[in-house]
Amino acid sequence: MNPSHDITDPAGPLLDVRGVTLQYKTKEHLVTATYRVDFQVFKSDRYVLLGPSGCGKSTLLKAIGGYLTPTEGEIRLKGKVVVKPGPDRMMVFQEFDQLMPWKTVKQNVLFPLTASGKLSGRAAEDKAMQYIEKVNLTKFVDHHPHMLSGGMKQRVAIARGMAMEPDVLLMDEPYAALDALTRRKMQDELLQLWDEIHFTVIFVTHSIPEAIKCGSRILLLSPHPGQVKAELASVPRDSADPHAAQALETRIHTMLFADAIEDTGEVQHV
Amino acid sequence: MSSKDAMLVPRPEIHRHLVGSEAFGVIEKPLSTFERLYNIGALRKAVILVVLAVVWEVWGRILNNDLLFPTFLATNIAFIKGIASGELLIKLWASLKVLFSGYAIGILLAALLTAASIASRVGTDFLETLTAMFNPLPAIALLPIALIWFGLGNGSLIFVLVHSVLWSVALNTHSGFLAVSDTLRMVGKNCGLGGFAYVSKILVPAAFPSILTGLKIGWAFAWRTLIASELVFGVSSGSGGLGWYIYENKNQLEITNVFAGLFMVILIGLVVENLIFRVIENRTVRKWGMQH
Repeated sequence: MNPSHDITDPAGPLLDVRGVTLQYKTKEHLVTATYRVDFQVFKSDRYVLLGPSGCGKSTLLKAIGGYLTPTEGEIRLKGKVVVKPGPDRMMVFQEFDQLMPWKTVKQNVLFPLTASGKLSGRAAEDKAMQYIEKVNLTKFVDHHPHMLSGGMKQRVAIARGMAMEPDVLLMDEPYAALDALTRRKMQDELLQLWDEIHFTVIFVTHSIPEAIKCGSRILLLSPHPGQVKAELASVPRDSADPHAAQALETRIHTMLFADAIEDTGEVQHV
Repeated sequence: MSSKDAMLVPRPEIHRHLVGSEAFGVIEKPLSTFERLYNIGALRKAVILVVLAVVWEVWGRILNNDLLFPTFLATNIAFIKGIASGELLIKLWASLKVLFSGYAIGILLAALLTAASIASRVGTDFLETLTAMFNPLPAIALLPIALIWFGLGNGSLIFVLVHSVLWSVALNTHSGFLAVSDTLRMVGKNCGLGGFAYVSKILVPAAFPSILTGLKIGWAFAWRTLIASELVFGVSSGSGGLGWYIYENKNQLEITNVFAGLFMVILIGLVVENLIFRVIENRTVRKWGMQH
């Protein structure tokens, strides 16, 4: 295998994660979050990292974002090793406070464009407005985040991430804090956006139905520490078989919970 | 249903037709005049002020002793006379000039200190140790040393003012920075920000509620300290400030003028708190929903 694949090769992987072991320190312990994880993401993938809490999926996403360095292995984006956060990997977080409360919706979407120096002036503004329109928030451009609902805040965050047109959009359980109805609507909207732009997204979730609905490829991780259990293809969205999703869900559920793991409760992972 | 639910009372489902909203009649009803007036904060406070003024006036008249407790009206007359003659305004301006320089220098030093605290852990330790040491130290307690170092004059005043502003602003800014959420920090890093841009575009606005609190506390400390220090040595170069005005008039037993001077001190405090800082708050932290 040639480790430094051709960067310009359109058939090659966009993101290459090889043997990545992630560790972080708490006050008393050195915790291994993931152990030698390998996977590859290709252009326009809707790639889902799925696993129970404690499988290090969020930590893994943060490592791709460049927020922590693997103790072993490496992460390459377009052939270049990821060493620090950067605007080529825009991140959408779960927390509603990811928007800057002192900026309006428009200014929030505009911020990374101008702060990173990607665009300025009129061009930046047009780009921001274009993506705000895509998430249907044109009416709210001049609102401050505290006036928006949770779902709207997440839409702004998604618009902000997408307006940068990053190589890959990283979403860390973006809908986990939303109510079930809003969540479903947001999932549909995400797929609609993908139909328009075909962006590459890595999506972390612990919900099996969400993974099947939103993802095209699903990486299953086992907990404590996270290791790759399988990489599955999701059910095609135009699948004629109405029971395919249900079957896949059962299959994933069996794979994840076959060896009964004791539930240690929600672990706060960094 | 199965026998598991046998204890439940069986009953049919219910379906209803909704009534259109035009059939409800009144949904919103305007508040009564009293309720609306009561909702105006400024009006409530004005009423309190009027009540206090009336109590003052009545008490002053009962005592009937201008040397101990001049009435509200007498104080107001002295106040207006002081302003008309220009003396009170000159003293006020003398005080404010010193105040502004001390406040500005204090904020500048606080900015430098917190910048150092962001840049390195030694800087953080330095800031935390210094604020722990000097924040509890009353500025007035430094006056004797200031007098020896800077002599009688504005230098000494500015020195104690800087001391009273610096620590509260630095402490609040520092704790505000510490309280900035990890998510916002990561957003900043995600946009490729670092160094000064990261501090000025993410940390400072995110910590602005704390910074503003620091500025307010610093202002109150500074104003108090200034008036108190002037009482001790406002006499330099013939033009003392408000504190000196109060002290001078006490010596001449012009107690109504003393009250007028105190009145001015309170008035400036109210104006800065309720106009300047309120406007800043309304345009920033309140508008952003970071404070209610």
